[in-house]
Amino acid sequence: MTILNRKIQPEIQLPGRINFIQPETYQLRNGIKVYQFNSGTQDVISIEIMFAAGSWFQKKPFTAMATNLMLREGTKNYSAQKLSESLDYYGAHFENTTERDNAYVTLYSLNKHLDSTLPLLSEIVKNPVFPAYEYSVLAGKQLQMLEVNRQKVNFLARTHFNSIIYGNKHPYGMYLEPNDIGNVTDSDLADFHKLQYHSDNCSIIVAGRIKPELINDLEAHFGGNDWSGMTSRRQQYLPAGSDEKNHFLVKEGAMQSAIRIGGLMFNRNHPDFAGMKVLNAILGGYFGSRLMNNLREDKGYTYGIGSSVVPLRNGGYFVISGEVGADVTQEALTEIKSELKRLCDEQVKESELSLVRSYLSGEMLRAVDGPFAQADLYRELIEDELDISHFEELMDTIKHITAHQLQDLAIKYLNPENLFTLVVGPEKI
Amino acid sequence: MIEFDRFTLDNGLRVLVHRDSSTPIVAMNILYNVGSRDEHPDRTGFAHLFEHLMFGGSVNIPRYDDPLERVGGENNAFTNNDFTNYYLTVPGHNLETAFWLESDRMLNLAFSVKSFDVQRNVVVEEFRQNYLNQPYGDAWLLLRPLAFKVHPYKWAPIGIDPSHIEQASMDEVRDFYLKYYNPCNAIMVVAGNVETASIRELAEKWFGNIEKGRMNSRDLPVEPEQTEARSLTVERDVPYDAIYKAWHMCSRADDSFFATDLISDILSAGQSGRLNQKLVKELRFYSDISAFISGDIEAGLFVITGKLMKGVSMAEAENALQMEIDEICRNLITETELQKVKNRVEAVMEFSEMRVLDKAMNLAYYELLGDAGKVNDLIQRYDSVTIADIAVESNKIFSPENCSTLYYIARNHEAK
Repeated sequence: MTILNRKIQPEIQLPGRINFIQPETYQLRNGIKVYQFNSGTQDVISIEIMFAAGSWFQKKPFTAMATNLMLREGTKNYSAQKLSESLDYYGAHFENTTERDNAYVTLYSLNKHLDSTLPLLSEIVKNPVFPAYEYSVLAGKQLQMLEVNRQKVNFLARTHFNSIIYGNKHPYGMYLEPNDIGNVTDSDLADFHKLQYHSDNCSIIVAGRIKPELINDLEAHFGGNDWSGMTSRRQQYLPAGSDEKNHFLVKEGAMQSAIRIGGLMFNRNHPDFAGMKVLNAILGGYFGSRLMNNLREDKGYTYGIGSSVVPLRNGGYFVISGEVGADVTQEALTEIKSELKRLCDEQVKESELSLVRSYLSGEMLRAVDGPFAQADLYRELIEDELDISHFEELMDTIKHITAHQLQDLAIKYLNPENLFTLVVGPEKI
Repeated sequence: MIEFDRFTLDNGLRVLVHRDSSTPIVAMNILYNVGSRDEHPDRTGFAHLFEHLMFGGSVNIPRYDDPLERVGGENNAFTNNDFTNYYLTVPGHNLETAFWLESDRMLNLAFSVKSFDVQRNVVVEEFRQNYLNQPYGDAWLLLRPLAFKVHPYKWAPIGIDPSHIEQASMDEVRDFYLKYYNPCNAIMVVAGNVETASIRELAEKWFGNIEKGRMNSRDLPVEPEQTEARSLTVERDVPYDAIYKAWHMCSRADDSFFATDLISDILSAGQSGRLNQKLVKELRFYSDISAFISGDIEAGLFVITGKLMKGVSMAEAENALQMEIDEICRNLITETELQKVKNRVEAVMEFSEMRVLDKAMNLAYYELLGDAGKVNDLIQRYDSVTIADIAVESNKIFSPENCSTLYYIARNHEAK
C-alpha cells in the first residue's frame, strides 16, 4: 500500500483544445441576423435583441437608458401593469441593459410558456408608447438611485475616471448628473426609439433549448417590414483626455478611498489585444495576481483590487480599480505603481507564467460551459464584427506568448508615468 | 430533478455525487456546519474571519489558491448565520487536485501568524466596504439586534464591530478550528461528469485518514417570543429616508415555510408585486420597496424595506405600507395571484439547475437540512400551498407585537 504523500500535488493535465461552439446562424427575411446556441440540460430559453442604441447615440444624457427601461412601461396593446402581470404570471422576466455602444432587451422564459411570453417581447420592442405618467415614476426612481450611488466612492470613481480619460463631451466619458434627468421628456424617448429600435439596427441571440419551430415564431414577430428604419450612423468623436494626470475628488467621511489608474487603450481588433489580456491577468486579473497578492494578501490594504482591459466599439481603455482603507491610500498608490514598474523592468518568471496560462485556459473552459455562457462569449464577437478565430488566436497567445513579449507590452502600455490616476477619498493626499 | 448518490466515510464525512455529463467542468462544494450563530457574543465575526484563514495555507500546502489556479480552477466561499460554504470548479481531469487541497485543509491548517494578521485587516476592509462605507450599509447591523435580544441571529456574520475582529487571538483561531472543522461536521458534494465509484475512491484516499472529531451539537439560547412592537430611529448621511420592518417567522424546517416564502413573492416579486404596484407606481410614496425572507435555517425574519420618495413623510409612507399588510391579512388573495408566484418558483428552480456549481450547492444545503433529496420535493411543497394557507400565515406573521421597525432618517431632514 502506498503511503499517501500530501506534500505533492496530484498529477495534473494541461488544458487541451477548447471547443469554441459556433452558433447556428440564419437571417430573417428582413435581414436580421439570428445566432442560436441550442444546448443545455434545462428546458429554458433566453432571447436577446441587441440594438445599436447605446449611450453613444443619444443627444441628451439619460435618453438611451430611459428609452430601454421604458419599453416595458406601456405599449399599444398592454398597459404597464398588464404587461408585468402577464410576464410575471409565466415566471418570465425581461432584462433591459443599456451600455455605451449597444442596448439589450432580453427575455428569459421557460420553454413551456414561450408561446405566451415571446409575443410580449415583440410588443415591448415594436410598440412601446412611453406613457407620461409611467415615465415620471421611472425618472423619479432613477433620480433617487443616482443620488444614492453618488454617495459611493466606487461609483464616483468609475464615472469620473472615464470622463478624465475621454473628456466629458465624449460619449464614453459622459456621465449622468441629477439635473440631466429632468431634461429628457417622454417624447424624446419616443424619438430615440423610432431612430434606434428597428429591424435594420439589431441582431438576435437565442440560447438554451431551442425548438425547431422557433424560427417561424421569430419570422412572424420580427421578420417583417413593419418595423424597418435606417441603420444608425456612428458620429465620430475624438477623445479629449485631461491635461492633468493626477486627480482627486473629495468624499467627506469616507472610510475607504476608491482608486482608479489607467488610460485609453484599444478594442478586440488591435493586434496587442490578446497579449494585453494575458498581461492584465498577471497584473490584476485573478485572485493570485500581482495586485491582489501585494495589496490584499500581503499588506491587507483592501478587500479587492484588480485590473481590466475594456474594449469598446470606438476604442477601449485599461483601468486598475479597487477600494483601500483611507488611511493607507498613499501606500496603496505606491504599491500599485511599483507593481506596474516591476512588469516593465523584470520579465515574468516561467512558474508564474505557466500558472497564468493554466488559469486563463480554465477561464475559457468556464466561459463556454453551457448555452448561456457561450452566448455571452459570442456576443463579444458580434459587437466587434469578429468571428470565432478571435478566440482561437486568444488561446494561442495564452499558450505561447513569451515573457519577453509581455515585458515589451508592459513598457509600451503600463508605464505608470503615462497613466491617469484618480483617488476618491475623504481628504486630499 | 437532481439525481445523486450518497455515502458516508467511517469518519463521518458525508459525500454526495451528482452526475452531469453535459459539461467538462466539475464542481466541488464543502459545507461545514458552523456559522455566526455558533459564535460567542464577545467574539462575533469569527466564523467569517475563519473562512478567510482557510486560504492561508494548510499543514502540507503553503498556499491554497496557487495549485488550484495552476489546474485552471476557481474557488470562493461564504459564511452566513448558519454555515460556512467552500466551493470550487475545475476542469474534470484535474479533479484530484481539489481532493488534495480540500482534504489537507480539513486535516490541519498552517496557522500562519502572517496570514492571521493580514486577514484581520482584509476583513476589517470588507466590513468598511460593505457595511460602513455604503449608504444604508449599517441598517442590518441595527435591525438584527432590534428583532433578536437573545438568539445569536442578533448579530450579522460580519460581526458587531471591527474591534471584535481586531482583538481575535491565534489561540481562539486554533480552538475554533479543532471544534468545528471536522469530517463529521462536513458535507461534500461533487457534481459533473463523474462516476460515484471513482469519487468514493478519491474520498477514501484523501479524506479517509482524517480523524472524526466531534460533531457540532448546538445548544443555542432560544429567542423569547416578542410581545410588543419595537422601534429604533437613527439619523444618517444618506439622501433619502428609508424604513425597515422585520417580523419573526418560522424555521426552514417548518411546514409554514413555503406559504411564508410565497407571501414575500406576492408582495414583491417582479414588477407586478403588490407593494411595487401600490406604493411605488400608484401612490408614489416609495422609489423602491421589497419584501423578502432572511433565509435562515432557524426561526428568522420576514423583512420589508423601502426608500421613501423625497417629500413623503415617514408617517404617510408607513401607513400606506401597513394598509397593504392589512389587506393581505384580511382578504384572500386570488387564484391567479397564487398561480403566478408558483409559476415563478418553478421557473427559478429550472434556471437554478443550469450549472453544476449551483446544483452542488443546493444538494449540500438540503443535506444539511436533513436530506438532500428534499431539493426534489420543493416544487410539490410550493404547489400544495393554498389560498387559506396564505391567509393563516399572513395573520400569524404580521401581528403588530411581532414587528420591529427601523426608521432610517436622512440627516438634515426637516420634521414633517
